[in-house]
Amino acid sequence: MSTAATTHADREGPRRTEEGPRRIDLDYAGSERLTMNMGPQHPSAHGVFRAILTLEGEQVVGVDAVIGYLHRCHEKLSETLTYAQYPSIASKTDYVAAMTSEFAYVRAAEQIGKIDVPKRAQYLRVITSELQRVASHLLWLGTWCLDLGGALGGGATIFLYCIRERELILDLFESLVGARLLYGFFQVGGVRYDLPPGWVATCRETVDLIDTRISEYEHMLEDNPFFMARVQGVGVISRELAEDVGISGPLLRGSGVNHDLRRSDPYSSYEDFQFTVPVETAGDCFARYRVRMVEFRESLKIVRQALDGLPEGPISSRPGLKSVAQTRIPKGEAYVRVEGARGEVGCYLIADGSAKPYRMKWRGASFSNLAILPHIIPGHKVADVVAIMGSVDPVFGEVDR
Amino acid sequence: MTLDQARTLISQRFATAQVEPAVAGGPIVATVPPDQWTPFAQFAKNDLHCRFFSFLSAVDWKEQGLEVVARLDNVDDRIGLMMKTKLGPGVSACPSITPIFRGADWMEREAYDMFGIRFEGHPDLRRILLTDDWVGHPLLKSYAVDTPHPPYR
Repeated sequence: MSTAATTHADREGPRRTEEGPRRIDLDYAGSERLTMNMGPQHPSAHGVFRAILTLEGEQVVGVDAVIGYLHRCHEKLSETLTYAQYPSIASKTDYVAAMTSEFAYVRAAEQIGKIDVPKRAQYLRVITSELQRVASHLLWLGTWCLDLGGALGGGATIFLYCIRERELILDLFESLVGARLLYGFFQVGGVRYDLPPGWVATCRETVDLIDTRISEYEHMLEDNPFFMARVQGVGVISRELAEDVGISGPLLRGSGVNHDLRRSDPYSSYEDFQFTVPVETAGDCFARYRVRMVEFRESLKIVRQALDGLPEGPISSRPGLKSVAQTRIPKGEAYVRVEGARGEVGCYLIADGSAKPYRMKWRGASFSNLAILPHIIPGHKVADVVAIMGSVDPVFGEVDR
Repeated sequence: MTLDQARTLISQRFATAQVEPAVAGGPIVATVPPDQWTPFAQFAKNDLHCRFFSFLSAVDWKEQGLEVVARLDNVDDRIGLMMKTKLGPGVSACPSITPIFRGADWMEREAYDMFGIRFEGHPDLRRILLTDDWVGHPLLKSYAVDTPHPPYR
C-alpha cells in the first residue's frame, strides 16, 4: 500500500486541492459549464440525496447539496412523545445503527434525572453498541465497494460477503430483541431485555468468525490496484477543515485528529475495556477506509471483553414500566453524546419536569459529515464523487431526521 | 489549558458573559449578549482553542424569546464550551458565525428553517430541510403539530 501512495501523491492537477473552495477556476477550454443532477434517486446516494453538480468537462467545480427528502421533524415529534415512547422512535434517525441512536437519547434523560444504570445494563449496552458498529461498518464497506463497482471486477462480491456477515449480527439482535433493524432495546434506566439462553456462546462464535473474514476483505481490496487507484489521494480533508466543519467519527480520525468519545469522554463503563483508537493522517478515502477496518477488530475486541466480564444483576434501575408517562425527568438540560458508527451522535435535551421533553436537538453525525462534501468535491472527477460520498458513509435518516 | 484556566480567561475577556457554575465532567456554559456572539465565537476558537464545531441550534422560550445555542470542543485539552445568547422577545435576528466556523453554515440554515432566525452575515441563508415554499417555522412553540400544509395534508 505504501508504494501506491507515492505514485498517487505525484499526480498533478486539482485532485490534490485540500481546502476545497466552493467554486474553482480551471483552465477550461470548453464553451459552457454543465449543470448535472446527481440524485435524488441515484443508487450511490445510499438514500435520497441530490447533488447539483456544476461541471467543466468532467471536472466538478461546484456542488450544491440538497437534503431534506427524509425529513420527519424528529425534534418536534419528540416534544409530543414521553421519555418511555421516544427511544424506539430515536432508532429511526440512524436506522443503520439504531442501537447508538437510542443510546444517546436515554443517556441524556438519565443525565438530567441523575438516574443510575446497573452495571449489567451498561455492559449489555456496550455489547449491542459495538456489534451495531460492526454491522454498520459492514453495510458501509459492502455498499461503498458496490459504488466503486467496475474497479473491483463486478463489485458485488464484497457486498454479498459483507451482507452475509451482517446477517449473523442481525440474527443475534433478533434473538435478543425480536427485531432485526429497529430495536427499542434501550429504556431510561437500563435495557429492556436480558440475554436469552445460549446467546453468549452464539455471540462468541459470530465474533470469532467475523474477525477471520475481515482479513479476507482487506486482502481482496488492498491487493487490488484498481481499488487503491480509486481511493488513494481522493477526497483529502485537512485536519483544520475537519474540525472547522465538525465532522466526527472515522472521518475525523482519518484526518489525524485523535478524538473518540469512548476514550476522551468515557460513558457506560467504556473505561473498563482495552482498545486502541486508530488514527490516520492522510485524510483521503483510503485513510477513512483504514480507520474503519481497524475499528472492526477493536469493536470485536470490546465485545469479547464485555462478554468475559459480564456481571450478574438487574438490567434496569426502573423495572416494571406500567404506563408510558411514568418516567418523569426533573427540570434541567444536558448535551449528551455517544460515539456512533458514524461519529458523534448527540442529544441536547431540555426537560421541564413533565413526562415529555421541552426541547430536543438531535445532532446527527451524518448531517455534519455530509456538510464536508461541498468543501472537498470541487476539483474531482464525477466518478470520484461516488467514491467520496461512499467514504463519508451518510445515512439519510440521520441527515434529515 | 485546563478547564479552570478557560473559565478565568472568559471572565477576564468578556465581562458581560454569564458563566454557569461548574458541573463535574460537564462543559463550560456561557451566555453572552447577541452583540458579543461573533467576538465570543472568535475568542473561543483562537484563545480557548475550541476548534471543533459540534452543533448550533435554538430554543423557543415562548414569551422570553428565542435562544441560540452552539457547542464547541477543544479536543486536545478536552474542554467543551456551550455558548448561548438570548435574542430577546420578538427578536429573530442573530449575527452569523459561519465566517468563523464553516460548520455553522448548514446548522444556521437549519435554525433559520426551523425557527425563522435570520443569521446576519450568512453567505447563503435559505431553507435546508423543508421545501422553499413551506409556510412557517415548525419548531416554534406557536406552530401546532397538526398545522395543515396543502397538498400534503
